Amino acid sequence: MLKLIIRRLPALIFVLFCVVTLTFFLVRLAPGGPFDRERKIPPAIEAQLLAKYELDGPLWQQFAGYIADVARGDLRLSTKYRNRSVNEILGQTLPVTFALGGIAFVLATIGGIWLGTFAAVRRDTAADRLAMGAALLGLSIPMFVIGPVLVLVFGLWLKWLPVGGWGSPAQIILPAITLALPFAAVIARLMRTSLLEVLNQDFVRTAKAKGLPDRTVVYKHALRVAILPVVTYLGPLAAHLLTGSIVVETVFNIPGAGGFFVHSILNRDGFLLGGVVIVYCALLIVFNLLVDASYALLDRRIRVDA
Amino acid sequence: MLEPGSAARILRRPAAKVCLGILIVVAAAAAIGPELFPESYREPGPLQYAPPSWQHPFGTDLNGRDVLYRVLLGARISLIVGLAGAAVSLFLGTAYGLIAGYCGGKVDNLMMRLVDIMYSVPRLIFILIFINAFDGHLRDFASRMDWPWLVSYSRIVILIITLGLIEWLTMARIVRGQVLALKERSFIHAARVLGQSHPKIVLRHLLPNILPIVIVYLTLTVPAVILDESFLSFLGLGIQPPQASWGSLLAEGAQSINPLKIYWWLLLFPAATMSATLLALNYLGDRLRDTLDPRR
Repeated sequence: MLKLIIRRLPALIFVLFCVVTLTFFLVRLAPGGPFDRERKIPPAIEAQLLAKYELDGPLWQQFAGYIADVARGDLRLSTKYRNRSVNEILGQTLPVTFALGGIAFVLATIGGIWLGTFAAVRRDTAADRLAMGAALLGLSIPMFVIGPVLVLVFGLWLKWLPVGGWGSPAQIILPAITLALPFAAVIARLMRTSLLEVLNQDFVRTAKAKGLPDRTVVYKHALRVAILPVVTYLGPLAAHLLTGSIVVETVFNIPGAGGFFVHSILNRDGFLLGGVVIVYCALLIVFNLLVDASYALLDRRIRVDA
Repeated sequence: MLEPGSAARILRRPAAKVCLGILIVVAAAAAIGPELFPESYREPGPLQYAPPSWQHPFGTDLNGRDVLYRVLLGARISLIVGLAGAAVSLFLGTAYGLIAGYCGGKVDNLMMRLVDIMYSVPRLIFILIFINAFDGHLRDFASRMDWPWLVSYSRIVILIITLGLIEWLTMARIVRGQVLALKERSFIHAARVLGQSHPKIVLRHLLPNILPIVIVYLTLTVPAVILDESFLSFLGLGIQPPQASWGSLLAEGAQSINPLKIYWWLLLFPAATMSATLLALNYLGDRLRDTLDPRR
């Protein structure tokens, strides 16, 4: 495992470098600067501002300076939220996003695996078709429909749960479900396909022939192998959850990093935008590495360090 | 491979008939529906937030516009972006997969590693940055070239291109897998022995054989692109007013939810239209894929 991490490290750093570079230049390409307002600011003040945020001088120099700062862990100052550093903003908002994403991650994985297994062992029955129909529905209804509908039903009509905000455990339920549903559906479909395939294999027949109860055969023998495609999906799942949390945070008014991300694009706040993108990508890259490593632990036949 | 008649066999199922019916109705309504409305329905009117009635079956919005008319206009844009974006991803994914699979070895390894990396990066986030970086430039370019149509539609054009740019990964993987399998078949060996050039083998022998599976995955890419577009528009970073897509209509619907007065029709009708369309596309795509690959 350590070997795997060491082997992958150069590639990871390279990918992160590409991400930083791409973001930096894409923000620069966009028309309009961070200090454009309705009223034109005097050139002297603008020059001062540009100097303060190290946005003056030739482009390559700015870029080199930025890369050096990022390498030291300094994501610089936000150009919109004056006198707040990107590190500070992210420090306040990322825990919220991660809490939401983490809960949704657990919900989606457990719910999806359960539903997929439920459908696979009842293959071609009405229950199977109902479960897969539900999964197809979950896949087709976007989060920004599920979210407002849940708010409407559970928040405003039944008044069981709060409609938004962040802080109390009750406020986490609706957003986490909204975020998890589409991905639970994807995992359920993956799980069902994979389990059906495994249930046809010889070792399952042997286990059955030994007289093991069906539950043991499915949960102890088949599931361990059938879960591998789901594990492969966990990497992309984390990426989808981070993207999806932007919408869910907007719908439920949650003070996470997603809202800052959207505003940083509209405000041309390059350093804040860069900070969010860098942290998201770094996180996902590390997460994918962990997934790859756990893959080897689950199935000893696979050697990822080779 | 897709056997002749298997598509017809799928369509004989009642659920598939319903789905196809939904798609035809939505597409036809989006294509000709908005033209059938009287002039007065197209402009903001005095009736603000009117609930559904015979005059306005889907009700009216904040500015007194007819919601049915807006949903149909939105359907037009969402469907166009979905189809065209999927077409872009089709070309890109097929070309990429063909090259990777046909070259094999190190080239294949490198190309597929790149796909793996792109899978794990939040692509939609880059697309957001990309769109905002290039939209203004494209509009400037269009006005300099004196192409008025592109000035008003630059956002849509750029959405189509960029969304096509992110949804091609699955297509590339599938095409590559097919090519790897086909490459070792005797008719390809025969073509090579006969001295046919590489482009000719790829285009004349491999491409026709992978076409069915590519078309099946196209049916699944269209809803994915529609979903992506509506995601961007929902955040206010995709289609800009006064144009509307399902995503921007849903954003208006979601904003109108408040504890005092619930304008449910602003949310329900765009949501129902969009979900029904996506569901129908996903269902048909799934069934088609099942006939191609019985393992799934």
